[in-house]
Amino acid sequence: MKENRVMRSNILLVVSFVLMIASLYLVFVYVPTEKEMGIVQRIFYLMVPMGWLAILSFHIVFIGSILYLLALSLTMLKRKRLSRCWKVVSYLRKRERKWDTLAYCSAEVGIVCTTLALITGSIWAKPIWGVWWTWSEPRLTATLVLWLIYLAYLMVRSFATEESRGARFAAVVGIIGFIDIPFVILATTLWRGLHPGPIIFAGGLAPPMLLTLLISIAAYTVLYFSLLGRRIGLREVGTEIKKLTHD
Amino acid sequence: MNKSLDKVFAILWKDILSELRTKDVIISVPVFALLVIVIFNFAFEPDRVRLVASGVLWVALTFAGVLGLSRSFAVEKDQGSLEGLMLCPVGRDVIYFGKMLGSLTFILVVAIIVLPIFFILFNLPVFKPELVLIVFLATIGFASVGTLFSAIAVNTKARDIMLPILFFPIMAPVIISAVKATELALAGESWGSFSTWLQVMVAFDIIFLVVSSLVFEFIVEE
Amino acid sequence: MDGSSCQPLAVDIQELTKSFGNHLALKGLDLKVRKGDFLTIVGPNGAGKTTLIKVLATTMRPSSGSVQVAGFDLKENPVQVRCNIGIVSHHPFLYDDLTSFENLKFYGRMYGVPDLEERIHTVAIRFELIPRLHHQVRTLSRGLRQRLSIARAVIHNPRIMLLDEPESGLDQHASAMLQETLDAMSAEEGTIIMTTHSLEYGLKVGNRVAILTGGKIAYEESTQALNLDNLRETYYRYTGTRR
Repeated sequence: MKENRVMRSNILLVVSFVLMIASLYLVFVYVPTEKEMGIVQRIFYLMVPMGWLAILSFHIVFIGSILYLLALSLTMLKRKRLSRCWKVVSYLRKRERKWDTLAYCSAEVGIVCTTLALITGSIWAKPIWGVWWTWSEPRLTATLVLWLIYLAYLMVRSFATEESRGARFAAVVGIIGFIDIPFVILATTLWRGLHPGPIIFAGGLAPPMLLTLLISIAAYTVLYFSLLGRRIGLREVGTEIKKLTHD
Repeated sequence: MNKSLDKVFAILWKDILSELRTKDVIISVPVFALLVIVIFNFAFEPDRVRLVASGVLWVALTFAGVLGLSRSFAVEKDQGSLEGLMLCPVGRDVIYFGKMLGSLTFILVVAIIVLPIFFILFNLPVFKPELVLIVFLATIGFASVGTLFSAIAVNTKARDIMLPILFFPIMAPVIISAVKATELALAGESWGSFSTWLQVMVAFDIIFLVVSSLVFEFIVEE
Repeated sequence: MDGSSCQPLAVDIQELTKSFGNHLALKGLDLKVRKGDFLTIVGPNGAGKTTLIKVLATTMRPSSGSVQVAGFDLKENPVQVRCNIGIVSHHPFLYDDLTSFENLKFYGRMYGVPDLEERIHTVAIRFELIPRLHHQVRTLSRGLRQRLSIARAVIHNPRIMLLDEPESGLDQHASAMLQETLDAMSAEEGTIIMTTHSLEYGLKVGNRVAILTGGKIAYEESTQALNLDNLRETYYRYTGTRR
């Protein structure tokens, strides 16, 4: 099992490396410089993948959290009651801890991606809009709130008195946070309606730019899954060590 | 159904009674809100501050809300009485709604005390019915998520810092809506102009009340 | 005494497991308690006695296994389970800022006790709470608080009582009252499960004794068949400690 995961992770790493080389070529050599914004615009090809990964990993945090709580709540059901869904139920229950690990590791990688999204966004904003930050771009504001929610997720785990409690609390935070994000986007978009200001790239994309963007997104997504796999492996080894030293 | 409702009110009655005896939250929290408002007035020029009056009010109410929530749950935890509630033959969601109504009542009482003072300090028209609805909707939002997060925070090592960290990002939509709606209401605009903000708050309240009541059991049960 | 094999089971536990992260507190515990039994559970510290009581009280969620209390499944009908049990533990579960009367009224309402005011007075008389019935719990003496806590536990006339090391928290007066209450319960075919540190006490009050060690029930026997010395030996044999 573990050898499979390491092998998978290595394959992903190689694929990611190849895609990354392609992406770098496209970004720095192939794609023409954007008319209005100049060379700085190329940060876009890092910023958008990071934003995308921030959202993707939060979806995974959400799914992991829900499945974890679902597995917890199904602990004592009897087979005869649910013969049809039994397969599903027992699948969920057996992997109870794995759902939590999935959510946690995704949150760790996710907060890194979100931080990078914010930083690249800021670096992009300064030469283009003349400001390091703006509150009137809903997506930027939502990304900041997402960052804070990730932070809350990770903090609640470290400040809990026991690990199993931390896992439950974090799962709740993950679920509530995920449901909250659409509200944040809605509220900030309505808010923005009152003060139009700079917005990240409203227009369409020329084909070469679109290609570059898609390859970049692909490269970073593959990298993300590779990192996620490794992080999960690391955490599981850590859990096993704790188990052994405990007994 | 009626039985459950009766038990929800029993929990509410118990919390109100406790609070009336100690007057813990009812005295300290409005004072805190008042201090926040006063400090804002020192921090900004007088005419500037009038422009952001709505924001000042909601910053004060938000911080006061967090303070009130954390204090009422801390008492519960220290007395170990949450476990006593869990022994009772009620679903965990009944406990959630009981505690939530308690928090709601306290925050509303704080708002009732703070609002008139706010109006006086800012020389604003004293009473507007629109404001009552806005405060009510926002407070439901505070109480729904706040009760859930207080139950979490009180079981962590850093109680005081944990609640704000959990609470503020999640409440952002409610705070934005409340501030904007209040601004429009204070400027004398009609209901229609801020109905969108009210709708956002109503949607938030309903969804988070439902979700919180469902996940509450995972927080209180070991 | 063992014609009670025809009695229904008040508590039926099969393969109960409870883990806290890496630590396994209960490991596949099996236990059957018949209606009318008075079972005392002894065991070393950390054996899982309090955990077992908490699981039965539904304040802790088991990791796996099946638990039936008063004929109700713990997972499917936790509310009905709670209706039928009363718990006395280290913690009094009282609200300091409310009066004794208000505490009893609150719990009475939560348990849906009919004719509540009457019931409160009956219970207050029995536990000698009348003099300070309308004083805040904060102002009560320790002994009074203990008696109030027992009153709280029985306000709804539970069929099954769970006690977690009661003798360590109670003074003589309260202890005597508790004993009276338990005797009355036994007379009415109520079931009692009590954890205790003291083998002597366990032998004296119960009709069955069980030893919980290593997360399981290692030994169970009727008290008729035992005396203190052979219980001590058995205890040492299973747990390696002397009491």
